[in-house]
Amino acid sequence: MTIVPAEKIYEGTRIPARCPTILDVDPAEHDLDDILTVNFGPNHPSTHGVLRLIVQLDGEHVAGIEAVIGYLHTGFEKTMEAKTYWKGITYPERIDYLSFQANELVFVLAIEKLLGLSTPEKATWMRMCLSELNRIHSHLVWLGTSALEMGAISMFWYAFRERDMVLDLFEMVTGVRMHTRYFQVGGLAEDIPEGFYAQAREFARHMPRAVNDYEGLLDRNKIWLERTKGIGLLSAADALALGQSGPMLRASGVDWDLRKAMPYLAYDEVDFDVPVYPNGDVYDRYKVHMDEMRASARIVGQCITRLEEMRGQPWIADDRKVVLPPREELHTSMESLIHHFKIVTEGYLVPEGQVYVAVESARGECGCYLVSDGGPKPWRVKFRAPSFAALQTLATCLRDTAVADLIAVAASLDPVMGDVDR
Amino acid sequence: MTPTGVPGLVETVEAHGETTLVVDPARIVETCTHLRDAEGFNVLVDVSGVDYLGWGTKDVAGYIGTPAGRDLNATGSQGFQRVPDPKPKRFAVVYHLLKVADEPERLRLEAWLDDGEEIDSVVRVWPAADWFEREVYDMVGIGFRGHPYLVRILMPEDWEGHPLRKDYPVGGEPVRFSGEA
Repeated sequence: MTIVPAEKIYEGTRIPARCPTILDVDPAEHDLDDILTVNFGPNHPSTHGVLRLIVQLDGEHVAGIEAVIGYLHTGFEKTMEAKTYWKGITYPERIDYLSFQANELVFVLAIEKLLGLSTPEKATWMRMCLSELNRIHSHLVWLGTSALEMGAISMFWYAFRERDMVLDLFEMVTGVRMHTRYFQVGGLAEDIPEGFYAQAREFARHMPRAVNDYEGLLDRNKIWLERTKGIGLLSAADALALGQSGPMLRASGVDWDLRKAMPYLAYDEVDFDVPVYPNGDVYDRYKVHMDEMRASARIVGQCITRLEEMRGQPWIADDRKVVLPPREELHTSMESLIHHFKIVTEGYLVPEGQVYVAVESARGECGCYLVSDGGPKPWRVKFRAPSFAALQTLATCLRDTAVADLIAVAASLDPVMGDVDR
Repeated sequence: MTPTGVPGLVETVEAHGETTLVVDPARIVETCTHLRDAEGFNVLVDVSGVDYLGWGTKDVAGYIGTPAGRDLNATGSQGFQRVPDPKPKRFAVVYHLLKVADEPERLRLEAWLDDGEEIDSVVRVWPAADWFEREVYDMVGIGFRGHPYLVRILMPEDWEGHPLRKDYPVGGEPVRFSGEA
């Protein structure tokens, strides 16, 4: 466990003293008569969705900032209280719409934990495989849009080329390109199609080369380096205090990844590296994302090798009280028909209790706190959104920056507003 | 490993491999400071508010026909008959803590409050609590004493009611033109 001491990035703390998420204008440093208050967003192409920032500028310098969120609040948690668990799986995917499978996975894992249900090995490995593909997908959207905002237009097309390959894989497996609803309580919705193995393996081989291409475009690009290096600083101590996780922590020098630290699924059986960079700036966050795509491609390759050995094995648990019976049985078996009817209409009962399950999504710790009263609908579902936590660092990261850096810094936090507002 | 000597500890519950400490809401800052400094829980992962109004009284949803039509709140027919264990008060404020260290650990704190009761803010312990507590205030309507900027965060500033309370109806927002001929 390594944590880079804060002094390497900056002395002390940069978290605003009065309120951690609001940077107040310091009258000792700025003439209050010179301050210009600018409203930024909520509808602005470079805010990654509907984020509103109230920025107080002293010339080019950001003297004060406050983030206003909630423009995409959809009430998912309230809606899910009124849906049976089986129907509820559709909702979490729409929370973080770029890293949809992580949310889907964490909700399914929470239900399975309460039920005490174990899943077949094949489902575990396929969940891992798709989660990693999803991480690549999410990072590619991040890379393309962030670079686009800083003027690197061609980067966007390159990133979206590979993103489409991932979506093709999702389409092949699930029939849908986004919001796949492929993970079911107990396993997977369908068996893995035969063509998937070869195409996914080919993609896992191709992806590291593509990452090299991206780095070829950006790593020695002077404009890119000047706009990212030393910008948006966040020390390890501040990152931990602000509840950060995932790439935000790893770019601040904290060697922390839930897949290694608290392994779930079968992450303890695969070999991969966790990138850690010590400078806590936009450039290091970029580097973490790049290295993670390579690591994810490596995990996908290992998953495919294991999955190929599991051909013909079951992909979902054989528990008819919870799992829908196979479609073809409905025509011949009265029992199956009844089970199907029961699960779809009134749902299955989940024992009373509360659990918290967390997975490493593309932007950090994606958690699900689930409370059940023993009925077929959740009493309370709470999603721990990594983007929500990441946006809290904005006031800290934007201290002593120029207004032009604001775009780069906000993008580097990788906020998905659906995840922030839920 | 369950932490020992925690100030304000009421009860320790172990379930599903997770540890829950039920703590005295009046001493929450003391408890959290102890857990951060003495036990090494350096990250506040999340704060949630749960409304337990009606817990165990209306039972669970099901597909039961009644003379008035379909009763979605009657007991299901799959054998679930047990009424859940009663809760001490209406609201629970739930803190999820994480120890980012070589031997990582998770811990859940649960503090019980009645309607109108407030709890001290832990922003001074973990700055991350800032938005988490604002969200709980906005969604469930629990006040946090000493929070530097306790205003609504997800709902509009002039919104009435707290959506994640159980007495807040689904579909409660009036819709224009609906019901007009």
